[in-house]
Parts: sequence; structure tokens; C-alpha cells
Amino acid sequence: MRLPEARGPLGERLHEVLVSRPGDPTDRELAGAVHTVGEDADDDALTLWTLQELGYRGFDEVDEGWEHHPALAPLTYALEQDLEARLRSRYDDARADLPSATGDVAEDLFALAEAHDGPSIARHVERRATREEVEELLRQRSVYHLKEADPTSWVVPRLDAAPKAALVQVQYDEYGTGRVDAVHHVLFERGMDEAGLDATYGAHVGEAWLETLEQNTAMSLFGRHRRLRAAALGHFGAFETTSSLPSRRLAKGLRRLGFPESLAAYYDEHVEADAVHEQLAVREVCGALVAAEPDQADEVLFGAWTCLDLETRNAQATLARWGHAPAADAGDTGDTGDTGDDGEAAA
Amino acid sequence: MTGRIRACPGGPLLVDGEVEVTTEDGVVHRSTRPVSALCRCGASGRAPWCDGTHKLLDRRPT
Repeated sequence: MRLPEARGPLGERLHEVLVSRPGDPTDRELAGAVHTVGEDADDDALTLWTLQELGYRGFDEVDEGWEHHPALAPLTYALEQDLEARLRSRYDDARADLPSATGDVAEDLFALAEAHDGPSIARHVERRATREEVEELLRQRSVYHLKEADPTSWVVPRLDAAPKAALVQVQYDEYGTGRVDAVHHVLFERGMDEAGLDATYGAHVGEAWLETLEQNTAMSLFGRHRRLRAAALGHFGAFETTSSLPSRRLAKGLRRLGFPESLAAYYDEHVEADAVHEQLAVREVCGALVAAEPDQADEVLFGAWTCLDLETRNAQATLARWGHAPAADAGDTGDTGDTGDDGEAAA
Repeated sequence: MTGRIRACPGGPLLVDGEVEVTTEDGVVHRSTRPVSALCRCGASGRAPWCDGTHKLLDRRPT
């Protein structure tokens, strides 16, 4: 993957440094850049995404020696602190309206997801979206789906045996139970490719919206820090819990529009797989984490709520961009729930 | 190794390991997942497997 085009002065300064050899004097240019964090949300988000990506697959023109280079650490730290503060502030603002915690983390997580109101992109795709809209959605979602499950894998060595065993069981299924052609991000890649979309890892980061970038940088933030292990698992739980039902809608919409069967099958797979994963993630991963570390219960809920909130923000922005008033969808939950929001994050 | 099945409150049965389920119509459904979820609410669109539909049933006013 090549470095995505910078969106502002911060990204431009980072690029100048990254294309040099680690240890060159250009390192110093970044010291002053730290003070500009917070000035331009788009520039900040893509810059943080780029810094985090050094620890995933890296960039063709960037020396691997930069990954843990001390010259980058202050900027990464400042951007992640800024993001975390923003996520925590949103959670604090929303808390008064959330279901009160019962102390049973599994029930609390399911209740949080059920109570969450937001527009559903999946419902739009199922019934009304155009082919162009769906292609754009797939390109946006490819930023995550082409590294599906990876941000959560960082958490494994930070856990006690019980949550670790349960998490790895889910990840094993995400990674195809040992079969490369069943790895979820490979299934997505195949579907994208057959739909005539560029399925190269990182291909669409350059056009990723702020809301898409923030979903990805938040997952990496939670995954990269031991301190945030409970938020990472809460996010993972909420993600799995809000995947099955929207995946069914997305599969229907893809078939309605005549997308290749392999792409619809990717979502079919998530209907069934995530009906299993949500139970394991919520009960056996988050439940076991909180049993081992009771003081982490609220952090689990913070991570879960953040997952739901970031998806809502993305859905609102997406529908608005496409000229559909998101307000019309919000709260349209009907009496069975089947006509309205069924939540979505993964799908 | 003893097979393991556990029930999720208000949700599916989780079954460890590869499993074959024969439904009433005689059709054999096979899962090679590490863990499979069997529908208990009867409303799944992908029976015998759970597809999360039980969560929508829960929302009906009682």
C-alpha cells in the first residue's frame, strides 16, 4: 500500500518524515506538529490512521524502522489522547440516557445494543439504495473489512486464560479456522473483486470519510493499549451483537441490485457466524473479563457504547451525503423492532 | 472428548465442534464452525441455525 494523500499540514509533515530514513534529522520537524493536534479533524484522523497502520501492514515507501521510532511517539500519543478524550466525553454526555447497569455485563451489553437508536444503513441498502451508493459503502467499509478482526487480535496476550480462550475461539472462526479461503477478510476481498471494485488492502483509505476513519482509529486505539483492553472487548462485543440482523438486510440488498453472489455470501456468512460470535463475545469474552477484573465493567460498556455511537455517526453522515434525511429513520422502530433500527456496526 | 452444549439465556444453544442437524423435513444441515448456535425461538430465517431473530421477538410488547 502507498501512503494515502495527506489532508492537511500535519499529514504532510508526517509524510516528509516517513519517506526519509529513520534517524534522519527531519525527525525534529514533528516535535512542533504535536501542538497543532485538534486544529483539523480530517487531517488528524488520517494522520493517526497512518501512524497506526505502521503496526499493521505498513506502506511501500516507508522504512519499517519507523514503526516504534521515538520521533513519532509524541505525535501518535497526542493524537490518540485527543481521540480517547473525545470518545470519553461523548460517552459521559450520553450516560444519563443509557440503561442502568445491572452488574451482569452480558445483560448490560445486550440491553445497551437494544436501547441504541440510530438510522440503519442496512435497511436503506435492503430496500432503496442505488448501486453507486452501495459501491461507495463497500469502499468505505473495506477500510476495516480488509483487515477484519485484526484490531481485536492485539488484545489476546493481555487477558486472563478464560477470556483469552473465548476470544481466540471467535478469532479462529474470523480467520477461517485454518483455511485461507475462509478468512473473513479474504471472503470480502473476493466479493469486492468480483463486483469490479479494487480489493487491494488499503485501496480506499484515501477517500475514507472522517466517520469511517474514526471507527478504524478507535478500534486500533483500543487494541493497541493494554490499559484499554476492556474497552476493546466491549467494542468487540457490541460489534458482534449488531452484525447478524443488518448482514441479512445487506445480503438482500446486494442481491436486489445484482451484485455477485460471493459478496452477498460474505454477508450470509456473517448472519450465521455472528449469531454465534455475539453470544461468545458478550457472555464468554466480556463476561469472563469482568469476572476476572470486576473494576473493568464500566470500561467494557464504554467500549461497547463507543462502537454503537461511531456507527450511528457514520450512518447519519452517510445517509445525509446520499440525500436521505437520517432524522426520518431515527426512532422509526415500530412495535416489533423489525421495521426500524436493528443496530449495526459490523455489517 | 465429551461434546459440550450450553444454553444462552433468551438465546440459542451453543454446540461445540462439527455437528450435523437433521430437521423435521429430513434435511441434514452440517456445520464445521468451532461453535455453532442452534435456534431455540423457532423464528430463525436460517434454521436450524440462529440468525439473531430472537432479539426482535423480545421487543414485542407483552
